[in-house]
Amino acid sequence: MTLKDVAEILEADVIADADDLNITIKNACSADMMSAVLYYHTPDSLLITGLTQPHVIRTAEIAGIKSIVFVLDKKPGDDIIALARQKKIPILCTRFCMYTASGKLYAAGLPGCLFK
Amino acid sequence: MKLSSIVESISLEVKTGKNNLQNDVTGVYISDLLSDVMANSKEGNIWITLQTHLNIVAVAGLKNLSGIIIVGNRQIQQDVLQKAESEKITVMSTPLPAFEVAGKLYQLLNG
Amino acid sequence: MDETIEGSFQIIGGNFANAGEASMQLKSKLVELGIDEAIIRRAAIATFEAEMNVIIYAAAGRLQYYITPHEVTIKIDDMGPGIENIELAMQEGYSTAPDWVREMGWGAGMGLPNMKKNSDEFKIDSVVGEGTTVKMIIHFS
Repeated sequence: MTLKDVAEILEADVIADADDLNITIKNACSADMMSAVLYYHTPDSLLITGLTQPHVIRTAEIAGIKSIVFVLDKKPGDDIIALARQKKIPILCTRFCMYTASGKLYAAGLPGCLFK
Repeated sequence: MKLSSIVESISLEVKTGKNNLQNDVTGVYISDLLSDVMANSKEGNIWITLQTHLNIVAVAGLKNLSGIIIVGNRQIQQDVLQKAESEKITVMSTPLPAFEVAGKLYQLLNG
Repeated sequence: MDETIEGSFQIIGGNFANAGEASMQLKSKLVELGIDEAIIRRAAIATFEAEMNVIIYAAAGRLQYYITPHEVTIKIDDMGPGIENIELAMQEGYSTAPDWVREMGWGAGMGLPNMKKNSDEFKIDSVVGEGTTVKMIIHFS
């Protein structure tokens, strides 16, 4: 699934680094606890989260997350957007909650992240 | 849908509150942030989280949630289970990650 | 690469804004050296969790890394409260983090297990009232 597909399914606004929506998303991880994101095997994943903090972007970069979806219309601050641009991690914002966003993407064929 | 149907269809392990399985589930909420759950979950929702802190029991009780699904094979401390049992909160566990539990429930409830 | 490459960072407790800086720098050094991507990720994850622990629990700390042709060693000393029961602290899901830390997405009781899981060698020493020292080694092959 491409990031463009994700944005369409979630009726999401792409608010940072919109240049390349053709990147491939292999799986998804829905979490607010950053250690879980680091614990699960999440390279090439999409992170679906309700936490809007700069360290979400840093966690994403360290874990190899490809893109982040903020749920429930939570708007990240300018510091987060700037950091995401710098790290080239596209950010999507959706009005859906984490459950609905996960449900729609799963129904469209996106698997969960592997974890071991 | 009754809690028991959900337990059965996605093979949840019921840890506490086995007497509440006939309760109706009004919807699903996922979050690991307790303030978020306090603000946005609705009565009768089933709550999906990997949070295992003692306070999850209080949140579920205050919001009258129908149960808590702990994902990702997380170990749950004994004091949390004891509190949940005494407060009659149904705590369930699964090895699946939150995204997949959500996906399966979404198909079950909205599909 | 013949020599050891070293780096050192000061970490200030409570400074979430700079969280991850040390891990990012170590990560770019390892990328420059052409180390395998999966190994770099392990080192970065272990280092990041260590950094977060200092930021969450300690007044201050120091992170040092040493890269040789065969492995990377990451050492963190902090001036923190120390850990009373290390065995308990290593248990997945156990955490003494305050509520506000949990609301920031940390304190799930996965930090130390995550550091251990991603290291080939992991050693932790702690003195209550003085601080904690963690040493992690990750082999390149």
